[in-house]
Amino acid sequence: MSLSLLEGNEAIARGAVAAGCRFFAGYPITPATTIYNSMLNLLPPLGGIVLQGEDEIASIAFCLGASMAGMKVMTATSGPGISLFSEHISFAVGSEIPIVIVDVQRLGPSTGSATRGADGDINFLRWSNSGGLPVIVLAPVDVDDCFTLTMQAFNLAEKLRCPVLIASNKEIGMTRESIDLDALEKPEIIDRMPPPAGQHYLPFQVAVGQSVPYFLPIGGNVPVRQTSSTHGQNGYITTDHEEIAITLDRLQTKLESAIDQFSFYEFIKSQKAETLIITYGVTARAAKAAYEEIKEQTNPASVLILKTLWPVPESIIRQTAQSYKRVLVVEMNLGQYVREINRILPDMHIDFLGQMNGRLITPRQIMEKIANG
Amino acid sequence: MASLLNNQRPPVFCPGCSHERITHILDQVFQKMGLNGDQIVIVSDIGCSGLFDTFFDTHALHGLHGRALTYAVGLKMAKPDLNVVVTMGDGGQGIGGAHLLAACRRNLDLTLLILNNFNFGMTGGQFSATTPQEAQIGSGFLNQLERPLDICQVARTAGAPYVTRCSAFRKDLVEEIQRAIEFEGFSVIDIWGVCPGRFTKKNRLTPKLIDEALSKLSPQEGVVSENVRKEYGRHYRELAADHKISTTPVKIEAKFNPPQPDRQEIILLGSAGQRIITAGEILCLAGLSAGLHATQKNEYNITVLRGLSISELILSPKKIDFSGIKQPSVIVALAQEGVDRRMDLFGNLDDDTMVLQINGVHIPPTRAFIHRVNLKTQGVKKSDWALACLAILAKLKRVISLEMLQAALEIKFREKTLEVSLKIVSDVKIERQVD
Repeated sequence: MSLSLLEGNEAIARGAVAAGCRFFAGYPITPATTIYNSMLNLLPPLGGIVLQGEDEIASIAFCLGASMAGMKVMTATSGPGISLFSEHISFAVGSEIPIVIVDVQRLGPSTGSATRGADGDINFLRWSNSGGLPVIVLAPVDVDDCFTLTMQAFNLAEKLRCPVLIASNKEIGMTRESIDLDALEKPEIIDRMPPPAGQHYLPFQVAVGQSVPYFLPIGGNVPVRQTSSTHGQNGYITTDHEEIAITLDRLQTKLESAIDQFSFYEFIKSQKAETLIITYGVTARAAKAAYEEIKEQTNPASVLILKTLWPVPESIIRQTAQSYKRVLVVEMNLGQYVREINRILPDMHIDFLGQMNGRLITPRQIMEKIANG
Repeated sequence: MASLLNNQRPPVFCPGCSHERITHILDQVFQKMGLNGDQIVIVSDIGCSGLFDTFFDTHALHGLHGRALTYAVGLKMAKPDLNVVVTMGDGGQGIGGAHLLAACRRNLDLTLLILNNFNFGMTGGQFSATTPQEAQIGSGFLNQLERPLDICQVARTAGAPYVTRCSAFRKDLVEEIQRAIEFEGFSVIDIWGVCPGRFTKKNRLTPKLIDEALSKLSPQEGVVSENVRKEYGRHYRELAADHKISTTPVKIEAKFNPPQPDRQEIILLGSAGQRIITAGEILCLAGLSAGLHATQKNEYNITVLRGLSISELILSPKKIDFSGIKQPSVIVALAQEGVDRRMDLFGNLDDDTMVLQINGVHIPPTRAFIHRVNLKTQGVKKSDWALACLAILAKLKRVISLEMLQAALEIKFREKTLEVSLKIVSDVKIERQVD
């Protein structure tokens, strides 16, 4: 075994490159800037492109243009920038443009605290698109996840033609950590699907039994249309309410019906536990530490760490929670994902531990909550 | 060449609208240039100008208001051979002002046609960035308060190398647009036209009046010689080809045994300029050389050259879960700013914790074991104190050993810097100061 020392942000950049990303555009913002710095080191020598936009709106829009030209693209920001991304997240959702968007979260609201961590954007990431259609949000726990989940994010973006958001956190992104790069379990790389040869191409036509349109790039031999407006199969604006309904329903179900294929999670089981901790992101590390400390005691706890946050991996949560008397949701905000857990497990006793003060939730806080309710 | 107009979708503009005229002119341009549909992308945004992409059998990308230039950047960088024609209205120019400025400065080979009809036609004739102050428009008196923008002056000042201001009724508009497309660099044509649906309902504007108005302004016609320079994409590819600083992460094999076998937590409390973050990284690398896992969590102010600098470090034989400090093994008190930020650390310590205190840095009352050193009298520079403290820890066989520290320095530094660092490490004395 040999170890390297990498920041979470650098691991995201390296994971992106390993997944085939060759276009990055960003705008400097703490604590996400080192993703941009890393991409600037990594991509030009590979013939890739790194641009700094005049603002976050331009940065993500550069990416959408390059993605429509066939490239695998990524951008990265934090709270104030993810706010500006909103209109283009909507575009990517509605017009099925593959892109990976990293939010290295910092304490909000607004400009908040540039160098303090939080998981305060979790619901914003889900609901930041006009129209309210689902998006995929993955949440890394450590530097290994930063690498491998970013690769998964690209695969999902390509396969499902959608934006995939990575909910990182200052406490992961800017923390240096040892990583065994040779031991990482890297997924097979997936590319977007071109149409079968000889078929007349319509940019949003979906083959029978499939839920994602084939992709041809703008700039290729066949003229391709892309539009942010409500469109039919041919990429032209449509007012046909039946066609509109079919498309929007498909945008919803293509992600929600596939959730079992990309429900990333880790479950740490304590045999005698009556409490199940549900958590994600950097807070999962405090939960793991708490689990270790109390696993031999009279009131131990199991831990379910969600790495896919959206769409909500409901079946995993239900199946895991059913054998427990109590669920404790721990997250680095004042109560966001706990709403989903309350929704999914209406008959269970659910406690909540949250904190938004720029500091990590500690194992001790979690143990006290387990002991005292 | 054949027309690239989409015969399924004829233009749908209001009768008399300049946009329709420009649609046909643009088709003639494409024909004259002998372009096929797959060699062109029309990028548009919101408003009547945003309908343009639908009338042509070319590649097309229609997006959000004012952002057309931004998608065009991604497309052109990814497909340098593609002819990228961007249509925007005066509305899109206003809301996307920052993008226009950036495009002028960047000089990527895009052609921007601003279909300037002095109001928001689609939403009810509200005023835009180019509406005259005396015009009667759909937003009451508000346009009287704002001076209209001279797009071409702005574009020139921002560095656009090709700027034309003209009428939609100009006789050689086909040739002019062709020149703009063929120009290698960012070209802007501000095309003044008539909006019969809104603007000319209450305002008189004819081709003749447009010509008169244009004649009162300084002419803008094509190449702006002082702004001509390398095209961005070409220049980018030249510079990127020489940009060879990619590094693969160093892989560190376990060679040594750590002095303590269990999890060790170390906090460096210092100030900017003391190379706290670098010292933290060196401590982690030292840990890796003994097969330990490591985390480094830093805290510093946004003003990087002033104020506190803190590094929290964990070395552990197991993968590290919680990356915060639970029970520190060592606190290194290097500067008052750092100590003051973490006053709350000191109260709960017992003598399992060692505080390595630089003489003159005050710490709160604590039951920790205090090892005070005077690095000033040892002649160590303030910027080397953090490294010197690592050396003291190594010599005390606390957290790291000397061979681990030396290995880390050999990974981190080269040549002169390595030499100097190794000398600091060997020279520093562990002598404990007593009152």
